[in-house]
Amino acid sequence: MTSNQFADGITYLLQQVVNGITLGSIYGLIALGYTMVFGIIGMVNFAHGDVFMVSAFIALILYLLVSSLIGASSTIVTILLVLVMTMALTAFWSIVIERVAYRPLRGSFRLAPLISAIGMSIFLMNFVQVVQGPNNKSLPPVLDGGLRVPVDATHFFTISYKQLLIIAVTSGLLAVFWWLVQKTSLGRAQRACEQDRKMAALLGINVDRTIAITFAIGGALAAVAGCLYLVLYGVVNHHDGFVPGIKAFAAAVLGGIGSLPGAVLGGLIIGLVETLWAAYVSSDYKDVVAFAVLALTLVIKPTGLLGRPEVEKV
Amino acid sequence: MGPSTGGDTAASRVNGDGTSPDDPAPVDATNWPHVIRRALIAAALSASVVVVLAFPIVSHLAKPGQSGALALETRWGLVAGLAAAAAVFSALSQLLSGHRRAVAVRTPTTAASSDVSTFRETIGKVAPWIGLVALLLYPPFVVATTGWAGAIKWVDNFGVQILIYVMLAWGLNIVVGLAGLLDLGFIAFAAVGAYSYTLISIHVLPSVAPGLVPFAFWICLPFAAVLASFAGILLAFPVLRLRGDYLAIVTLAFGEMIRLVLVNWNSLTNGYAGLNAPRITFFGLPFASRTGETTFAEVFGLDLSPTVLRAIFLYYVILALALFTAWVTIRLRRMPIGRAWEALREDEIACRALGLNTVTIKLSAFAIGAAFAGMAGAFFATRQGFINPKSFEFMESATVLAIVVLGGMGSLTGCAIAAMVMIGGTELLRELDWLKLIFGRDFDPTQYRMLLLGLALVVLMIWRPRGLVTSRDPSIALKRRKAVSATLVKEGAG
Repeated sequence: MTSNQFADGITYLLQQVVNGITLGSIYGLIALGYTMVFGIIGMVNFAHGDVFMVSAFIALILYLLVSSLIGASSTIVTILLVLVMTMALTAFWSIVIERVAYRPLRGSFRLAPLISAIGMSIFLMNFVQVVQGPNNKSLPPVLDGGLRVPVDATHFFTISYKQLLIIAVTSGLLAVFWWLVQKTSLGRAQRACEQDRKMAALLGINVDRTIAITFAIGGALAAVAGCLYLVLYGVVNHHDGFVPGIKAFAAAVLGGIGSLPGAVLGGLIIGLVETLWAAYVSSDYKDVVAFAVLALTLVIKPTGLLGRPEVEKV
Repeated sequence: MGPSTGGDTAASRVNGDGTSPDDPAPVDATNWPHVIRRALIAAALSASVVVVLAFPIVSHLAKPGQSGALALETRWGLVAGLAAAAAVFSALSQLLSGHRRAVAVRTPTTAASSDVSTFRETIGKVAPWIGLVALLLYPPFVVATTGWAGAIKWVDNFGVQILIYVMLAWGLNIVVGLAGLLDLGFIAFAAVGAYSYTLISIHVLPSVAPGLVPFAFWICLPFAAVLASFAGILLAFPVLRLRGDYLAIVTLAFGEMIRLVLVNWNSLTNGYAGLNAPRITFFGLPFASRTGETTFAEVFGLDLSPTVLRAIFLYYVILALALFTAWVTIRLRRMPIGRAWEALREDEIACRALGLNTVTIKLSAFAIGAAFAGMAGAFFATRQGFINPKSFEFMESATVLAIVVLGGMGSLTGCAIAAMVMIGGTELLRELDWLKLIFGRDFDPTQYRMLLLGLALVVLMIWRPRGLVTSRDPSIALKRRKAVSATLVKEGAG
């Protein structure tokens, strides 16, 4: 192998790794919503992928709205404005969904919340189809250009500004989120509810509100993912919540459901595996890979990479 | 569950339940000014929640403008309409709950429920037989009322379509209703059945036994069932250790994997372009002949279009298959394995503590459920004459699951009625062209089908989690000897 070929290979690999990390950040953000909700009330919020899709639609419309109001000159300001508004609106959606579809079911039979969540997922998907139509909605490219990173004198791989934005926003928000969960009283209440909801209630923690806030945070993170997804691909459709939703769930399981760093790690791994598979093996089966990772994790190590073994007390 | 919040968010009063313990519930239930004030507050709250939710996803429609780029179109009227509807709904439900409380105070409940329950039991025993007779007489009845031409629509679109879903639901009922394992990828087994039938009858049968080609459906049916149940076992292995929610998602992922393989394995399945499946024959006699064999109509001297005859024959075939499913389910439920399924559904840990092998129980539930799905899939293939992966998407699994849930998870009659309502209702929605006169030309009633289905699942779980039609208790239970004998009598009727 000549050194030129070698450099070609390395450049291609690095490019794919950057792409994988970008995609993985989005999965990680969605996975956090799954893992937090699972940690606190032990249910898979099946509608979370569709909340992500709704947030992408909200972001799309807000982007059009805001850019028509303040002009398209300052893209970054527009994006940040849209991001914050979308986070707020999606958090509200998430709270309402929890209140309407899940809270009345606490204490119902085992499968009830999950079936309700599936219903909510189908509802959201078709609601968006009815109100916004079945066609793809595409934005003109939001951020163009990128950084050329040299591998050697003649080889470069590109980190586009979109990817930089995605990685920067994700890591910034993850830091805020980490602080929220580890250092604030809200985070303490949340972790207390995770351990023992009844005891937390006896100690004066407002469990219902803590759960609602958990859903709100999960929704806000999904909204970030939705905005970034829109920036990355520029296209959104009412079906777009389904597959990313399952992949993010796979990420949450891979990282160990209930574990917050695990969700991010799992997201990055799924993103990387998927991108590298598509780049080196076949792009046809890239969705199958994520599902296969999910199945393999559950067979080999059901607790995931960073999860605690769940001891069932009777 | 935890201290009540008494409505700390605007959303907490959306569905207008005034039931939190520390709510200032009226001491005197007929305190109407109070009730009305609460109703007004609830109306205002839910209207404002709807307005916030509707912004901007309902209020602004993004659609391609003149230049092709997306432009926004505001729809504040629609938002106002939705908010008004939400306000009226929650005000009414507040008023109704006030009224109900008032009635409850005035008339204490009487103990007339035993009469009702014996009546319901009698109905429960008789209804399936009446239904069976009605199903058997359905095609002649349709032919008599609408003539041979109308028969295609009513027998094929309604009868056969509904019965396919009834059979799928009864198959899924074994997994979800009896064994309590939530399976979200059930339609994948139907896909396995459909593709096994098609591929065997196209590729294998002509070379192995050319003489048997006319009997393709009947020969492949068992293969479809066996291969689908292998797929079921294959799926069950990784999920054996998993509980409810995990299991559901893994079955979903598995279903999607099968679909994606069908989409991408072009050399075998021809991808989205699909495959032509051989049409059903009347035990070897084709209904329509391309190569000049004697057809069914010629042998019996009937002067009727092959489509009608085939539709009626298909109807009876799927009816027989569905009844076979029901019969097997009813018999299995009385066997140890059926009891074990129900025990697993009620309490897995107790099951294990009693020495039941949960591995075999789960595997058998998946395998048997999948076998029926495989047969239904093979039937679907021969009925359509064409299959592609689009027929086996997640939404189909969700529809079948919704039927089982709606039917009360475990009740055969319930599933049948739910399938009739849901699938028949969908087909009826297609007919409602006059709605276009009211809502404008763009109105497409079928769009609302899945919307309503999703909503129905949520509402049902909150309102009647044990199903709309009937419910099914364990076939056998401790310390309820009376109930047990009654339930066992009911067994035969399902």
